[in-house]
Amino acid sequence: MGQGTLIARTPGWTKKATIAQAFIRGVVSTPSVPVLVVTITFIGFGALARDLGLDVLQAMFISATVFALPGQVVLASEIAKGTGLAAVAFAVTLTSVRLLPMSFTLFPVMRSKNTPRWLEYLLCHFSAITVWIEAMRQLPTLPRRLRVAYFSGFISAMMVVLLTATMTGSLLAAEAPPPVAAGMVFLTPIYFFLSLIETARNTADKWAVAIGVVLGPALYQILPGLDLFLTGFIGGTISYGLMKWLNGRGPKK
Amino acid sequence: MSGLGEGGWSYLTLFVAGFCATQPWRYLGVFLSRGVSEDAEILVWVRAVSTALVAGLVARMVLQPAGALANVTLDVRVGAFLIGCCVFFLLRKSLAAGVMSAASALILAQYYLVG
Repeated sequence: MGQGTLIARTPGWTKKATIAQAFIRGVVSTPSVPVLVVTITFIGFGALARDLGLDVLQAMFISATVFALPGQVVLASEIAKGTGLAAVAFAVTLTSVRLLPMSFTLFPVMRSKNTPRWLEYLLCHFSAITVWIEAMRQLPTLPRRLRVAYFSGFISAMMVVLLTATMTGSLLAAEAPPPVAAGMVFLTPIYFFLSLIETARNTADKWAVAIGVVLGPALYQILPGLDLFLTGFIGGTISYGLMKWLNGRGPKK
Repeated sequence: MSGLGEGGWSYLTLFVAGFCATQPWRYLGVFLSRGVSEDAEILVWVRAVSTALVAGLVARMVLQPAGALANVTLDVRVGAFLIGCCVFFLLRKSLAAGVMSAASALILAQYYLVG
């Protein structure tokens, strides 16, 4: 077992824990500040979906099947605008590319030698930013044999919490006074923006935030429908190029 | 209002444009996790593309909103957004504080201005 200096100590309960006990521990671990924040934003998503004309079951269906807020918001917004199915799917796909590095880095931490492949493909449905952050923080402190069970408990609880939050948001938005409904919808953009800043790893990510903010509204005026796709593709490529160019000019080479 | 409608077809549409558009990346992540390095260049570019896309979406939601937010004036939307950013940085990048202060600022401003 790698016992890195940054990794917190292995909790005592793990010594004799069975798989079922690890699952329960995963469920119990759910309440935390990041989970609270994402719960509030799923309430916001429910409100937003309602605002865009989707009913409560449609909003919950999106939360359950997509389970990644940026994709959900793109899906709901574009569908509501009447964008064609192919263009919507394409925008959602581009938004969801960010999930690849998450499951890519999560599973080497989580799997043990006898984790079946099918289980990995089932569990990866739950790789999304908050789950990823919490799992990457907690799993390394546990013995490998318990990690999959612990994670399963955690994501089961998350699913229940987030579906309830979506439902609550959708139902509340219909009843809330207009200023409160607006505030609930406002949760989504501010949460996205602050998480982008928080999780930016390199210069390219930071440039991508700045360029995206400018390109998004501009392209929406010029080419509505393709605006998100082009913002991502053009903004991301420019940011990546800028980082490479700046690195090339830097003192290193 | 929505281009989606109700009933079974709406769920099929959501399934195709949502689940089917999202899931392949997760599968591919699991599949590749037995080989490629986390710092592979292609992933750096991919992250930048999706970051720019989400940033664009944020700007669109704040500057050109539909629905409930459209009834809030531009200065209130931008002001509340900036308050959220300031609180976030002042409180050592506290996501919860940033998000809640932005939403509260917007709601309070609406009650104060609109009544």
